[in-house]
Amino acid sequence: MNAVNAENAVNAENADYAVTAESGGERSAPNAGHRTPKVITPFLWGSLEELANDPEFARWLEREFSDGASELNDPVARRKFLKLMGASLALMGVTGCRRPPQQKIVPYLDQPEFLVSGRPLFFATAMPFNGSATGLLVTSNEGRPTKVEGNSGHPLSLGATSVFEQASLLTLYDPDRSKTITHRGQIETWENLIAAWLTEQDQQLAQQGRTLRFVIDSMVSPTANWQIGELQKRYPAAKWYYWEPVSQDSVIESHQSLLGRRARPELQLSTADMIVAFDNDFLLDSPWRLAYTRAFVGRRNYQRTNFSNPNRLFVAEPTPTVTGSMADYRLPVAGALIGELVQLVAAKLGVSRTNVEIQDSEAAAWAEECANRLKASRGRSLITAGYRQPPAVHQWVHAINAWLGNVGKTVNYRAIYGPSFPPPLKGISELGQDLGSGQVDAVVILGGNPVFDAPADIELGKKLSRTRFTLHLSLFQDETSAVCQWHVPENHFLESWSDAVGSDGSTSIVQPLIAPLYSGYSRHQLLAVFQGQVSVQDYDLVREYWRSHAKWNDFEKQWRRALSDGVLPVNSADLIPVEGPAKIPESVSRINQPSQVIELSFHPDPAIWDGRFANNGWAQELPKPFTRVTWDNPALISPALAKELQIKSGDIVEIRTNSGKLEIPVWILPGQAKRTISLYLGGGRYRSGHLGNGVGFNVYPLRTAERPWLIPEVQVQKTHRFHQIVSTQFHHAMHEREPVQTRTYEEFVQQVVPPGQLTRKPEPDQTLYDFTKMLTAEHQWGMVINLNTCIGCNACILACQSENNIPVVGRDQVWHGRIMHWIRVDRYFEGEPDSPKLYHQPVPCMHCETAPCELVCPVEATNHSAEGLNQMIYNRCIGTRFCSNNCPYKVRRFNFLQFADTKTPSFQLGWNPEVTVRARGVMEKCSYCVQRIRTVQSDAEKANRKIQDGEIVPACAQVCPAEAITFGDIKDQGSLVTQLKASRLNYGLLAELNTRPRTTYLAKVAPEEKGKKVANQG
Amino acid sequence: MPETKLLEEEIVKSSNLPHLLVRPGETLESASAKISGIVLTGKHPPFWWVSFGIGFILLMGFLYGTIILFMIGVGIWGINIPVAWGFAIVNFVWWIGIGHAGTFISAILLLLAQKWRNSINRLAEAMTLFAVACAGMFPLLHLGRPWTFFWILPYPNTMGLWPQFRSPLVWDVFAVCTYFTVSLIFWYTGLIPDLATMRDRARTRFAKIGFGILSLGWRGSAIHWKHYQTVYLILAGLSTPLVLSVHSVVSADFAVAVLPGWHTTIFPPFFVAGAIYSGFAMVLNIMIPLRYVYRLESLITERHLNCMANVMLVTGLMVGYGYVMETFTSWYSGDIFEQYMVINRSIGPYGWVYWFLILVNIVIPQLLWIRKIRTNPVSLFFVALSINVGMWLERFVIIIVSLHRDFLPSSWGIFAPTGWDWLILFGSIGLFCSLVFLFVRFLPMIPIFEVKEIIVERQEEAA
Repeated sequence: MNAVNAENAVNAENADYAVTAESGGERSAPNAGHRTPKVITPFLWGSLEELANDPEFARWLEREFSDGASELNDPVARRKFLKLMGASLALMGVTGCRRPPQQKIVPYLDQPEFLVSGRPLFFATAMPFNGSATGLLVTSNEGRPTKVEGNSGHPLSLGATSVFEQASLLTLYDPDRSKTITHRGQIETWENLIAAWLTEQDQQLAQQGRTLRFVIDSMVSPTANWQIGELQKRYPAAKWYYWEPVSQDSVIESHQSLLGRRARPELQLSTADMIVAFDNDFLLDSPWRLAYTRAFVGRRNYQRTNFSNPNRLFVAEPTPTVTGSMADYRLPVAGALIGELVQLVAAKLGVSRTNVEIQDSEAAAWAEECANRLKASRGRSLITAGYRQPPAVHQWVHAINAWLGNVGKTVNYRAIYGPSFPPPLKGISELGQDLGSGQVDAVVILGGNPVFDAPADIELGKKLSRTRFTLHLSLFQDETSAVCQWHVPENHFLESWSDAVGSDGSTSIVQPLIAPLYSGYSRHQLLAVFQGQVSVQDYDLVREYWRSHAKWNDFEKQWRRALSDGVLPVNSADLIPVEGPAKIPESVSRINQPSQVIELSFHPDPAIWDGRFANNGWAQELPKPFTRVTWDNPALISPALAKELQIKSGDIVEIRTNSGKLEIPVWILPGQAKRTISLYLGGGRYRSGHLGNGVGFNVYPLRTAERPWLIPEVQVQKTHRFHQIVSTQFHHAMHEREPVQTRTYEEFVQQVVPPGQLTRKPEPDQTLYDFTKMLTAEHQWGMVINLNTCIGCNACILACQSENNIPVVGRDQVWHGRIMHWIRVDRYFEGEPDSPKLYHQPVPCMHCETAPCELVCPVEATNHSAEGLNQMIYNRCIGTRFCSNNCPYKVRRFNFLQFADTKTPSFQLGWNPEVTVRARGVMEKCSYCVQRIRTVQSDAEKANRKIQDGEIVPACAQVCPAEAITFGDIKDQGSLVTQLKASRLNYGLLAELNTRPRTTYLAKVAPEEKGKKVANQG
Repeated sequence: MPETKLLEEEIVKSSNLPHLLVRPGETLESASAKISGIVLTGKHPPFWWVSFGIGFILLMGFLYGTIILFMIGVGIWGINIPVAWGFAIVNFVWWIGIGHAGTFISAILLLLAQKWRNSINRLAEAMTLFAVACAGMFPLLHLGRPWTFFWILPYPNTMGLWPQFRSPLVWDVFAVCTYFTVSLIFWYTGLIPDLATMRDRARTRFAKIGFGILSLGWRGSAIHWKHYQTVYLILAGLSTPLVLSVHSVVSADFAVAVLPGWHTTIFPPFFVAGAIYSGFAMVLNIMIPLRYVYRLESLITERHLNCMANVMLVTGLMVGYGYVMETFTSWYSGDIFEQYMVINRSIGPYGWVYWFLILVNIVIPQLLWIRKIRTNPVSLFFVALSINVGMWLERFVIIIVSLHRDFLPSSWGIFAPTGWDWLILFGSIGLFCSLVFLFVRFLPMIPIFEVKEIIVERQEEAA
């Protein structure tokens, strides 16, 4: 456990930050640049010194800084001190001034097993998230997790991850994480917490826990559920709730009534020819998102000439989503109209006899086409609706699926794992009522942040603050911690033992990669305390659970196997067989007249989700799909509505609902349904940490338990105030440049390249200097990005950021146009602003064979390798930036300031040691993950073997759930990348400039023209 | 004092004789006394103190801006991706352009035997040096890591690394360094006879020793003059191609790139014409106030003003032709990127800059067709000022407007200068002004012996 020293070092270093939670409330200027020592205000030292006189604090200190804790810390501090000698930093309140090192740094006495210094180890674990879990394979460098990848053996990962798994790594190292137990904001000890609980416990035991409530943010851990079961025996009258703001209440409720069990549909996208999604972004916000994406794009893989039978996707949704962008026929429609639309489709199919009238001609045309297509693919089609829709819609969807014979073929129903607590919204409302009526004396909140994200009408914060005993376990001192009396820092999932069940029932052990960085506790430890066991370790609890429940013959062997595979040979959530035709549900009554009123819908943020990643720089700086907005969550409105209200992007509007009002800037988004406004959750956190506080706007106050997702009628008013929203792409159109080339399906089948695109290729030998002569190496690297399969989920951006130590620059710098991402995902709109076609295009460095950047560098800091890599030599770069000016793709990124945070000790732990951390004044860009190429090359050389095709995988390709990025040797005729480049769909971006890009694209086989070609294609 | 009265009368009369290079009444003695007197009397009009003061304050601002720049990085400016070059390069090209007039006047006009260069060449050359000094700093200031600037130079090092000779930035270093060196030598050589005059006329010990050392033992013997004229002619011959080459090389910084708006074959002549255009404008902007303040109207006459205005008119038309041809070529190329560049330049977010540039750089200078404007110092001053602003804007349009929207619409951006950008621009003007006024204070700003030559010639003609 060599990591221990490092972590303790961080403890010591970070003691400065202890209790740095800001006095919340007001919106501070959202200047969230890289951390400067400025944020560590001197009064914190003062308060610590005062506390040091307290004997309890002295004890705490003693335990915190045990012997040998500062070995690694001190050289860092010393270097930092030298750095801080710079006058500018000295002005900002130097934190590096500490005693010089007193102790020696000692090398390993015993070599840890498997560990070779400089070579990483990989551990399987799983990340519980949103009622599911993704299997991960985490890279560990000398005991520090540095990169999260998907576990290819895990059915919900298949080797891929989404932005949330990637971002979770930075949360681990977040210096703002809670580090100590507090009671009413004062530092407390574990012993005193226990003492306080024992007092409470006596009272609760006497009344069987009648006034005791538990709220937990996840039900996916079998060990925790076992502990909960034991606790329920101990306190039979206590009530338990499951709270998660992005909950699937309506899905669960409707299927409970249909099937008699808590279940949700599981889609078999690979066998579906025709898919209809009603307000369901199943490629991004479903727990199956990665598996669904893989299955879905498997039917979109227009790359080989023999590919046939692509699937068709029809989407009706209020705001553009990545799923909508993949649609062949996308209908922007208000969420409240979906119910009618589903019934219209049902009527046209003949599922029900009731006639449904719909005024919107576009919607009617869509439904007509949809029904025709569905009829043609009975048993091979699939209908799905999202959690924003009421239970009745789900019942209709089920009825149509049953009528079409899809149930059991393309749609299965998977039981929901976990104790049968009430659905989140219902549960939290009940808790609110109980609290309000004084029936509750003690509330224990394990994870989650309900004070911030529970429906506003419950007024949980106010009620909790009046409760006798409240305890909150969480990663951060957040909004809920501020209201609760006791706060217990939680261990990150990479720091603690647990287990987790995915939405499909796959079960994994959550294995820690590092000893806790701060003195946190796992929820298992806390649950054990409530059971009366004070000093139990999570490791023992998890093992005990599996030992007693798994009935393995050889426990140790199976256990080790489970840890190394990352998936257990058990399935914890069974499929529910459904037979017979479904009964026709009642018709959904029309809620409003959408042609006159404005509808409001809520969506989880594609980067910060429900707000939990608000303090995560990677997530905040990730440009959201379509808007490319970073560090903000503006209200999305349609161009038509903007015109009507006479507002432009950034204008602040006041949105009024029956329950409240909100002032928020707008962002005009083509493809947004005409009279709708969509809000992303999670903005406006006020106690998230230094980065997240005051970023964006808190939309939760508009959410009520009754209407958590759709508010059919809101009033919108202009305020004449303006808020600068920061986006990374201002231009919507392609301006005739066709960066995204498209083909019709006919053109694809007949292998025709549209004539205009052919002529844009340059003559082969138009060059003054023949650089290609230098491309002599055995391997020639190249990449193909398939625009047919890219769904635009952004995971590649964060994977690249994590792999390549790319700094976060902060809102202001993004506004200045200095975002550092090496790969960006461009988006384009084509067609009418109200219902455009949506395109994504990931753009990394093209590694041009005749790279314009190389020619103009005066010092040869960027040059070409014999393997065809356009490489940057950071040490040689003097920063003229001519290379960026001459790059037609503008993929080069410049360190205009010292962007890399080299000062925060915890971030230092998270860096990839294989990649240089760039200083200010140097240019950087995509390297095709050259460090990964070299690792494989040296391994192959040592083993005296050839490099296999697919052995080298850049971070962007590895993370991609759609496998849209293929990397390999273009000199090897058998490699996949060579085959893809031989496709007639293959084209080089701006190839007419004779740059000869090594990164090429497979043209998008365009979504069919509305209504026209669909009928011909059956 | 009848003599003085006579002189004044003659001056009044001669104002109707704008073709004269030296007004009647100037004698060998009076010319020497007038020019050397500015330096040697040690008394300076309030104008000098105020102008130098302003220049010096701006210079201090420049120093402050530079220190902050070195400490924090080029991120204090408004540059970004895609506009990675901003004010620093605009200023560089502008200053280097201004630095063209001196050598043009001194060398090319000397070879062309244009006598009207004689009174103005010293000031123009000094101005050239100072402008090139200002220009030369910007490529260093704009570096991300300025402390590594010498890596651009071909010097032997332990790693055996040379600069990348295909990069125009390397050519720039050679071109600008050569130009500065030759200009300096040329200017100093031209100064030597006058430094000797100053030494002889100096009254303080300090001035005597100082000018004595600087004049390198010049005694005015026939041999000295013979050597002097040979050297001066050789240097003029050397400088002449440099006038054309420097800005051609600078234009290659842009023409070599693939960027629409930069990738143009017209750039070298277009840049040279623009450089001479702005150089003459700057000479006039400096000379007209000095001429007035130091009562040098009899030595820098309307004839000089007129000649310089004519040069500006011609080069201005060349620049105008360049604008027309750029637009035409873009349209004629049939290339969507080139065509969009022209459209964006004229009606994009910076369209107003372009049209303002056309106004101040092309439309207003057409006033120079009018002789009265050319010979009136006040009107000429303002036209020259307009040209200087215009030429700065031209570089802004070429560099920033071309960069901000290039090939892929996804990477288009916008550039907004920060306070630091402006501080360093005006600071560099402060540096320039400070140097000019120090020059006026310590060295003869008009070549005494060359003016005397004209006086002698005239006397001989009269005789």
